[in-house]
Amino acid sequence: MSDAVHQPQAEPSWLSRNKLAIAPWVFLIPALFFFAIYVVIPIFASLRLSLYEWNGLYDASGNSTATWVGLNNYFKLWDDPNFWTSLRNNIAWLVLYMLAVPLGLFVALFLNQTVTGMRFYKSMFFFPFVISQVVVGLIFGWFYNPDFGVVGTVWKALFCEETKNIVGNVTFKCSRPAPDILSSPEWATYGIIAAGLWPQVAYCMILYLTGLNNVAADQIEAARLDGAKGWKMLWYVVVPQLKPATFIAIVVTVIGALRSFDMIAIMTQGGPFGSTNVLSHYMYEVAISEYGERYGYGSSVATVLFGIMLFFISYFLWRMYQDEKGGR
Amino acid sequence: MFPRPIEKSSPAVRTGYQAFLPVALLLWLLPLIAIFLTSIRSAKDINSGNVFGWPSEFALVENYTAVFTQSAAAQYMLNSVLITVPTVAISVTLACLAGYALAIYRFRVALPLFFLFVAGNFIPFQILMVPVRDMSVQTGLYDTIAGQFLFHAAFQTGFCTLFMRNFIKALPFDLVESARIEGVAEWKIFWYVVMPLVRPAIAALAVLIFTFVWNDFFWANVLTQGESVKPITAGVRALNGQFVNNWHLVSAASLLAAVPPVAMFFLMQRHFITGLTLGAVK
Repeated sequence: MSDAVHQPQAEPSWLSRNKLAIAPWVFLIPALFFFAIYVVIPIFASLRLSLYEWNGLYDASGNSTATWVGLNNYFKLWDDPNFWTSLRNNIAWLVLYMLAVPLGLFVALFLNQTVTGMRFYKSMFFFPFVISQVVVGLIFGWFYNPDFGVVGTVWKALFCEETKNIVGNVTFKCSRPAPDILSSPEWATYGIIAAGLWPQVAYCMILYLTGLNNVAADQIEAARLDGAKGWKMLWYVVVPQLKPATFIAIVVTVIGALRSFDMIAIMTQGGPFGSTNVLSHYMYEVAISEYGERYGYGSSVATVLFGIMLFFISYFLWRMYQDEKGGR
Repeated sequence: MFPRPIEKSSPAVRTGYQAFLPVALLLWLLPLIAIFLTSIRSAKDINSGNVFGWPSEFALVENYTAVFTQSAAAQYMLNSVLITVPTVAISVTLACLAGYALAIYRFRVALPLFFLFVAGNFIPFQILMVPVRDMSVQTGLYDTIAGQFLFHAAFQTGFCTLFMRNFIKALPFDLVESARIEGVAEWKIFWYVVMPLVRPAIAALAVLIFTFVWNDFFWANVLTQGESVKPITAGVRALNGQFVNNWHLVSAASLLAAVPPVAMFFLMQRHFITGLTLGAVK
């Protein structure tokens, strides 16, 4: 072969020679910059701040008034009963919220038919997920109201007798007083979790409906010919094929359970007596409280929550990494 | 198909199923229906305890107008739009660029960077709260519209990048390869080859991010103070305090807050569901 073919006319510039190495960074920089400023750096700032005591103020020359206290905030947490209540409630949320996954599957199985108007039913069942949790909280706060909510009204119909007094006002005589779910330290958390399950079941349902759409029909038919049906068919043939949907459903449910904040803030604000607090709400409460800001202590609560989350995140990422290795 | 299609069952089962469907739906949406019925009652009904019986009069128009005339609901709604729309625009744009980089180029840190975006999307908000709030105060972004959408845009970039990268990765790579052989510049490949193909992903992300951000409550509390910049979610809470015992007005306000995401969902249902269920099938 002649040399002329291999000899370039002019040496290509450094830029065009390294085009494929530089280009990704040009595309990445805006997103990375934003993400670093608002997400990555604040995480480390919070971790650091959990070792300080700080009311959020700066002195006249613009220096932060934070003072180093080492692990003191964590020692305080250890002796803080509110912290333990919150942690216990977080576990209750995690465990009970998981019900959304099987419940979502059953609603999806119920709706996985092709009768007329099915599209409408499917979207109406999904509806609660689209509404803000603030609104869901308000709806259920009222739903649970023992005087004029749905619970109260049903209770009156079952256990109360309506009587008119001399002036003509209607009063109720109840054999048992109507339960005030959200004011009861024992039941309030479960009341909120039940309310939270409503949109979460809808979310899991839509994941499973999509999953069911893609279940291999030939395998179902083959299993049917072999005499499989009902529960056995569901457990041994259908559920294994729904694995990707189940994985996503578990991820979003775990994250949702640990992130629960809106409904607690709306329905009970952590009360009565802190009995419905979870770490996310307790952190907000101590960091921005009416007694002045306690940024350091708040950050230590946030760090604990972050640690719990990190445990799950690592698992999810590991699973995703396994998939990536299998892919292209 | 599983379960066995209902058409193959006996007529009795089929009729039973079709009759049960509306009942099930009614039970499922009972809280919502109840609150809607409350929102069209008059104050008289509420006070006399007629919460579930037939309304003595219908006050739909009155109640919903009252929400706007007696409170800052219109302002809150406007604020929500002003926060949500720029968030969608910024985060989807950034994610198109970043997702393209992470899906198309093979470089050593591509996967770790991708996982960084994925992980960032799962972290609890509380670990960001104090530094983001402090930074906003320092830069004058606290209690402003911009302060809210800049944060949301940055945070949602994590989810959007995850989504975009996976979507682009699933496109046939030959398209890019052959464009490169033709000598097409990298940014032109991005703009003329890949972007036209990711339009469905952009639509899906736009509706999802719109809904997520519209429904945000936590950051509205952390980053604002005044009425003039609060979004509707925080506004509804404020109204809840203002309209004590006026349940008909509280319900009307809550339902109003839910209208835009609900409308978005019903208008763009296909995109919305594609977006949410990404990864649920292989």
